[in-house]
Amino acid sequence: MSTEPMHLINRREAVRRIALIMGTAMVASDVILRGASVGVKDLPAFTDADKALLDEIGETIIPTTDIPGAKATGIGPFMAMFVTDCYNQKEHATFSDGLGKIDAESKRRFGKGFVDATPEQRLVLCNDLDKEQRRFHDSKPKGEQEHYFRMMKELTLMGYFSSEIGCTQAVSYIEVPGAWHGDVPFKKGDKEWY
Amino acid sequence: MSEQNYDAIVVGSGISGGWAAKELTEKGLKVLLLERGENIEHVSGYKNALKAPWEIPHRDHLTQKMREEHPVLIRDYFMHEANVDYWVKDAESPYVEVRPFNWFRGYHVGGRSLMWGRQSYRWNRFDYEANAKEGIAIDWPVRYEDMAPWYDHVETFAGISGSLEGLESLPDGKYTPPMDMTVVEKHVAARIKDHYKGSRHMIIGRSANTTEPRPGRSSCQFRNKCDLGCPFGAYFSTQSSTLPAAVATGNLTLRPWSIVTQVTYDKDRKRATGVEVMDGQTMETTRYTSKIVFLCASTLNTAWVLMNSATDIWPDGLGSSSGELGHNVMDHHFRVGASGEVEGFEDRYVYGRRPNGIYIPRYRNLFGDKRDYLRGFGYQGSGDRKGWNREIAEYGVGAQMKAALLEPGHWQMGIGAFGETLPNHNNKVTLDKNKKDKWGLPVLAMDADIGENEHKMRKDMADDAAEMLEAAGVKNVKKHEDTYAMGQGIHEMGTARMGLDPKTSVLNKHNQVWDAPNVYVTDGACMVSTSCVNPSLTYMAMTARASHHAVESLKRMDI
Repeated sequence: MSTEPMHLINRREAVRRIALIMGTAMVASDVILRGASVGVKDLPAFTDADKALLDEIGETIIPTTDIPGAKATGIGPFMAMFVTDCYNQKEHATFSDGLGKIDAESKRRFGKGFVDATPEQRLVLCNDLDKEQRRFHDSKPKGEQEHYFRMMKELTLMGYFSSEIGCTQAVSYIEVPGAWHGDVPFKKGDKEWY
Repeated sequence: MSEQNYDAIVVGSGISGGWAAKELTEKGLKVLLLERGENIEHVSGYKNALKAPWEIPHRDHLTQKMREEHPVLIRDYFMHEANVDYWVKDAESPYVEVRPFNWFRGYHVGGRSLMWGRQSYRWNRFDYEANAKEGIAIDWPVRYEDMAPWYDHVETFAGISGSLEGLESLPDGKYTPPMDMTVVEKHVAARIKDHYKGSRHMIIGRSANTTEPRPGRSSCQFRNKCDLGCPFGAYFSTQSSTLPAAVATGNLTLRPWSIVTQVTYDKDRKRATGVEVMDGQTMETTRYTSKIVFLCASTLNTAWVLMNSATDIWPDGLGSSSGELGHNVMDHHFRVGASGEVEGFEDRYVYGRRPNGIYIPRYRNLFGDKRDYLRGFGYQGSGDRKGWNREIAEYGVGAQMKAALLEPGHWQMGIGAFGETLPNHNNKVTLDKNKKDKWGLPVLAMDADIGENEHKMRKDMADDAAEMLEAAGVKNVKKHEDTYAMGQGIHEMGTARMGLDPKTSVLNKHNQVWDAPNVYVTDGACMVSTSCVNPSLTYMAMTARASHHAVESLKRMDI
């Protein structure tokens, strides 16, 4: 299946997914149009330790500032659930292997696992991984699956901004807007629409 | 037995069937409306419509289990977690792909009127004349003037929001007030108008989201969750609009779980006598009789019903005497366009979630323009600010990235084309009696693809998109050229075309099957060509027109 974002130019949900028509979307069509291979998965379930590690990875990607970070939204359990239910075997395996790689790299660099590293150490490591995933993403053949850290970043963004905290404190989700205006003033600090 | 006899039977409860039920019941006929799938009640049946994003477990993404149950539907993105129940389980209702074909179906009361794109455009006069002028396929037996009053009729009831533009390429209709364009859409529209000296236009989409209340319906609340079903009834669907009108007459009987297996036919009277129905849950068979039958089962399923009817007289089914039943399958080809970024306007934004975009009506091969292909295309698209899901090149992860994502990003503008597909006798669907669905019924085999004319057009569809955006000052413009397979536009048309001659068409100019004049086909099956605009409004108008004809004919006792 093609992952070219153009399928998302559309008439059916013209705005809802408008960001996905652009090549620069982070949470891209790769998430929406995840690999089509199906079948029973035989991978071990995510452990509590895995979820705790994912919580810290997510919190490093979106840390607590004046508003809560990803950990407060339960990002670790969310990623574990999403990968278990939505990823195919190959993607799931890549994601799980990535968890081990992050922890091993933390031990190699800092002499301790990721969860025990300082927030500063975690950030340095994750930013290096982010550069690595960007290089991988930019050079990978169309349709190939993503780098594990891109998966984690995508899921953190998606899980965070669609959470209750994300929708009510980070961005503005209004269930029934009641009106549409195509040109209103925007000033720094105004929230974006979910 | 008396309850099994009706004045009219309508097969299918989607956009066309809903209109047939409304028009026929309002004219006093006792109508049986048959739907092959389950009932979905208006409002109470829309179980995810009022859920917040965090209340959808996988945040609207598909699980592996959903993928396994929908191997066809996952070829595109229309199905998502929150509306997965509105789409057919492909595994229960298979079909054969002689050539790749995407068939995205909704088997329930309301059909695809619940999930449709709502873009509602009139055909122009050139659309109805093109086949005759160019010697393609056969002539349409109707012209724009025949259809115009029926467009008026259905637009007025359905509630289409749109602007009056005075364009010959896209006739104006009866609209509720237009939605706003965004500041960037207005900017790009003005630049395009200027650059092309008024020969190309970017206008607000004409959408069946009413912007004025209708009986039992609120105006649009700008939630942009239409494809979950609208609890405000603000967009046109069978449930929000035609079904309540039909029920209000006291003349309607709605029967879900009713798979019509054939139209029953009296060869001596040369008339249909009714339909045979298999209950979708109990598999029991029942016969219903009526004076007239409206086939509105959706294009390809209407062909399927005809192919399974009167086979003792015509082995290839009712309407096959012309040799055209099942042939001339058409769609709109798309997935080609361009997008880019618009500088400035950083102090402007939007309020609300608009369930609509912009439209650029066809300009190719009109008014003196001449290309190396026939017909043309229109564009849909939108201009909006990027959101939290954008890539931010200058930051990695952490607090800076987070702070940047809390504000909307740059403006972007994207447009995608929908092109006309020429009718071609070799594009066909047939019955494959060796393969059966969950109910033991034979399935359709699809054998269709776009041809040379469409491929030439697609080059223009991509090139023009990039050229127009660049002419409008859009930066970093990228062309998109993706693959397309027939059916993906979800605008299936043809298989039982109208015409002036029973030797070359399945239906006459009033949508009556030549071989059974009390059988009307008014869904997409009746189409003789496709235009490049979205077809549903024309099905509505065609159905209302045919309903009027049927009732007048019954009064005259001549069907």
